[in-house]
Amino acid sequence: MSDPVLEVTGLVVRYGNATALDHVTLHVSAGEMVALVGPNGAGKSSLVNAIMGLVRPAGGTVRLDGRAALVPEGRQMFPDLSVDDNLALGAWRRRREGSSARDTAWVYEVLPELARLRRQKAGSLSGGQQQMVAFGRALMGDPAVLIVDELSLGLAPLVTTTLAGHLRRLNAERGLAVVLIEQNARLAFDLCTRAYVLEAGRIRAEGPCAELAESSDVVAAYLGVTP
Amino acid sequence: MSDLLQYLVSGLAVGCGFALLASGLVTVHRVSGTVNFAQGMFAVVAGLAAGSFLSAGLPHGVAEVAAVTAAGAVGLLTGLVATGKPGTGPRAALIITLGLGFVAYAVEIMVWGDGPRSHPGLGGTIQVAGAYVQRQHLLVIAATALVFTALGLFFSRTYLGKALSAAASNPYAARAVGMNVTRMGLAAFALGGVLGGTAGVLLTPMLPISFNSDVLLITNGFAAAILGGLNRPGLALAGALTLGVAEALVAGYLDASYQTVVALVLMLAIMIWQASRRTALDMEAAR
Repeated sequence: MSDPVLEVTGLVVRYGNATALDHVTLHVSAGEMVALVGPNGAGKSSLVNAIMGLVRPAGGTVRLDGRAALVPEGRQMFPDLSVDDNLALGAWRRRREGSSARDTAWVYEVLPELARLRRQKAGSLSGGQQQMVAFGRALMGDPAVLIVDELSLGLAPLVTTTLAGHLRRLNAERGLAVVLIEQNARLAFDLCTRAYVLEAGRIRAEGPCAELAESSDVVAAYLGVTP
Repeated sequence: MSDLLQYLVSGLAVGCGFALLASGLVTVHRVSGTVNFAQGMFAVVAGLAAGSFLSAGLPHGVAEVAAVTAAGAVGLLTGLVATGKPGTGPRAALIITLGLGFVAYAVEIMVWGDGPRSHPGLGGTIQVAGAYVQRQHLLVIAATALVFTALGLFFSRTYLGKALSAAASNPYAARAVGMNVTRMGLAAFALGGVLGGTAGVLLTPMLPISFNSDVLLITNGFAAAILGGLNRPGLALAGALTLGVAEALVAGYLDASYQTVVALVLMLAIMIWQASRRTALDMEAAR
């Protein structure tokens, strides 16, 4: 196994008296695509926020080899700024660290659908286009691991397929590691090689997607879908 | 005719002062979401400080820049107190800025006393189309044009300016790309202090100010800024110039004591109009 780009050990996140994450441990290796599935309120968002440094954990560690970038749930555009400006702001952390900022032209090569939208206000785009911008903005941070919080939520199946294709290609061609948080377990298992099942703040199962999908008790119990 | 021209120019100059104050309100609101009621205080501090620096022997230019810098520092301090604690909402921050304005009264009276003060501006007049126009008025108009152009370019063309707008429009996304949203808000408060201070040093030679002049300034600045929903500098400028000219005409042809009433009535009318329009839009959207 190659070195992990993301290593979460014994992570605890609390909001007041409520425990959102209870000693969560997981790892993602370089170039790996890992799914994180679980019902609503399982603690997925808390895990994302802790990895991104947006909430302070009560215990445990998050170790990153390189940068993490987030494609946030709900796309989270800067609505009044152009697509190009939205992308450029994705390089904020890099610029602060003094490394040379990636040019938005790079994103238009990787995600050619965005090139003709570059002057439009992000707030005026369709959901699928905004999700594409959210991808591009995250890539501007030159991440070692891309965290995708709900890839397919609210998007048409065709759009989801396009985005999944981009994700697969970025992973295969550029060795980008991916953590995919996804309500649609079938899609997640289809894209990723390994998966973690999170429920009530704890990792309840982990393993290769093929195995997890076979063990129907896990899928039925934790994902609420029948294979 | 020359009376009218004189009223127009002095109205525009005073309106420009209000516009500078409003631009500070807009900057702070755009970036931090806070309605900063201490904005008038920044102008008072800078106006009074400029007078003291001049009496202490500092030359013109240096004294004004020093006073504006001091106002920037006061702005930063206000931002720290009002928004520095994580989790302070915009409404709580609003009340804190209001409170800081009153605390500042005490400090200002201790330092400068409670009487109105003024300092000499750019002296002399020039004759334009038969009317005598004060050079200070022209200076204020030119300075305002410069500030608004620079501010517009800053927010629309520079990386930092776009980031400041972004931090306000979507704090979660801003934090996800690594921005420190609280620090961005503080930068906006400091900039708001500089803008308010600029209004103060330019207005003081035209209207002597005292510790409680912030009420007059914030009333007019807020009335102007609310025209653009506290977010659009261009509309705030248009609002401020309209107010300045309307008040100069009221003072010139009717009675100077009606001036502030004009601002209040205009502000109320705009807020009622905007509230009714918003409700209509909400109902439209709910359909």
